[in-house]
Amino acid sequence: MPEPRIITAAEAVREALDLALSQRSDTYLLGEGVADPGGIFGTTKGLVDQYGPDRVVEMPVAENGLTGIAIGSALMGRRPIMTHQRIDFALLCIEQLFNTAAKSHYVTNGAHRVPLTVRMVIGRGWGQGPQHSQSLEAMFAAVPGLKVAMPSTPADFKGMLLASIEDDNPVIFIEHRWLHYVSGDVPTGWYTAPLDGPRKVHSGDRATIVANSYMTLEALRAVTALAKRGCEVDLFDLRVLRPLNLSAILDSVRRTGRLIVCDTGWKTLGLGAEIVAQTVEGAHDALKRAPIRIGLPDYPTPSSLSLAEAYYPGSVDIIAAVQKLCDLKEDDAAAAREEVVALRQGVPIDKPDPAFKGPF
Amino acid sequence: MRNNDGWGVNERLAKVDPHRVDLVALYRSMLRIRTIEEEIAARYGEQKMRCPVHLSIGQEAVAVGVSAALTAADQVVSTHRCHAHYLAKGGDLTAMLSELMGKTTGCCGGRGGSMHLFDLKAGMLLSLPIVAASIPVGVGAALAFKQEGKPNVAVIYLGDASLEEGVYHESANFAALKKLPVIFMCENNLYSVYTNLQDRQPPRPLTELGRAHGMPTAHIDGNDVQAVHRATVAAVARARAGDGPTFIQADTYRWREHCGPNYDNDYGYRTVEEFTQWRDRDPIARLHTELLALGQLDTATENTMKAEFDAEVTQAFGAAEAAPMPVPGADGVGLYA
Repeated sequence: MPEPRIITAAEAVREALDLALSQRSDTYLLGEGVADPGGIFGTTKGLVDQYGPDRVVEMPVAENGLTGIAIGSALMGRRPIMTHQRIDFALLCIEQLFNTAAKSHYVTNGAHRVPLTVRMVIGRGWGQGPQHSQSLEAMFAAVPGLKVAMPSTPADFKGMLLASIEDDNPVIFIEHRWLHYVSGDVPTGWYTAPLDGPRKVHSGDRATIVANSYMTLEALRAVTALAKRGCEVDLFDLRVLRPLNLSAILDSVRRTGRLIVCDTGWKTLGLGAEIVAQTVEGAHDALKRAPIRIGLPDYPTPSSLSLAEAYYPGSVDIIAAVQKLCDLKEDDAAAAREEVVALRQGVPIDKPDPAFKGPF
Repeated sequence: MRNNDGWGVNERLAKVDPHRVDLVALYRSMLRIRTIEEEIAARYGEQKMRCPVHLSIGQEAVAVGVSAALTAADQVVSTHRCHAHYLAKGGDLTAMLSELMGKTTGCCGGRGGSMHLFDLKAGMLLSLPIVAASIPVGVGAALAFKQEGKPNVAVIYLGDASLEEGVYHESANFAALKKLPVIFMCENNLYSVYTNLQDRQPPRPLTELGRAHGMPTAHIDGNDVQAVHRATVAAVARARAGDGPTFIQADTYRWREHCGPNYDNDYGYRTVEEFTQWRDRDPIARLHTELLALGQLDTATENTMKAEFDAEVTQAFGAAEAAPMPVPGADGVGLYA
């Protein structure tokens, strides 16, 4: 076994982009800030010095136009990798993404290919508020023709990004800002983590928990604390929202009879709604209890610390859901709760959890 | 002629020597497109073409003048009104008519309809029915040419209403910034559906919207195929030389209704007088007169030409009608590559 190589997810992204630029002459980066000193939270830092401004293209503040330009170049065989520092900015590109990128291959009966990767970063914390910390993945995942990837581990950040770049379809690659700090064992060199479905993170028979992106870490913390109290559950990191492959999750629910979905977006009409619906359609007889969805409440992200505290669910809410579905004893639930609260070390909810540095 | 901006026709780029242009070829191409479009209009009531049609009748000179300055490897992108652009660039006629009928032999296999015509062999990259949506795609094709060091150019057909969309300005800004080999060919036909340009934009030369983005511009008579061709040749030369994009305003007029086979001069948004003035400037009739005067066309040649087009159109309609309808799920959905 080689020594583990522990780097952060941000470093893993930079490695993937560096590899793509060095090994594939058809790739180029495009984004507001890709060539600036900050380099998109370090993920593109220094690449412009290495590859020049024609490969690392600092773009005008013109999101929809540049999305269409990236699509046009992709139709001609280029592999653009576009980046938005906030997913909220990508709302300006919806016309080109939904109408042109998502439909070209289907409409032309397979003649067109749009090998476009669009990185979008979900912000969170430090009062970023209503238009800098939305979690809009369900909206992108609602459109046939797009692929939507949401990694949670550093190894997936690199491997899924390279898989997205290799993919001949438009891939929306959604990075939770807080996961950039997370570290883990990341292989060197070019490898891909297929955009094929969920990854099982923890095994157990009591319930099935499906999480995505940052919520996978919150769920893993809850699941680990519960396991110490003898309550073992299945935990899946969803990874890919479209194409949505739930077969492993349905198999799990057929065994556990209980389902909890916790995702980074709004609860109403969100990712959890689709997963619960497909589970009810496909494994209704196996369900022993009504599924539980954990997501954001039906209002925009508030800026103030005290309002944000009420806004974001976390591992405590996941423990409560497991307690309800599995009839967990209050003593065990309370002990698990205390453990996860202690792990957070009193850090306010507007700052990343220091204990989530990994390695994962 | 009625220009919204009150400016006279100004063939700024027309001084460039257009080499020797085969005027008969330009005439043939326009007449062929007119014949096809008239036949679509005549047969539309049969309801075999079950999709909206935005006919190019009256606007043939722009497509033909542009295409004559391009090679097959040069790319064009178009809009909902894409028939003439597709045909002039060499798009396959049977694939087009089949697409209108929703057949497997359609360019999109029946998935797109009349507003999504494309032909990769001909360099007709795509058509998009959302106003201005194909503009950045054309700029992206030009970016690919530049990145790959190819000598080709992209032509973007856009309508006057596209200039009201933000994405035009985003695309023009980037094209000029990066000196991309692209031509913004703005067909000003005065109307966005039923709304006149003067009700949508302040009185200003449309070319100012190219100039504002640092592009040289030309304002030409879009019903004069030779003027279109000369302006395009000059813009193509600029693009191939690495000097960047050009904006061309070509004034023209759609004869039929916005969408459909009929005339709609009784509808109340434009006058019969205005229509008649533009019909009298028919690009095909004008070149016809000139060719007769030059002795490059005679009645026998023209009759042969017409018979040839009639036969081609009859054959293509027959092939499209005989082709099978797609069977849902027969080849899978094909959503992803």
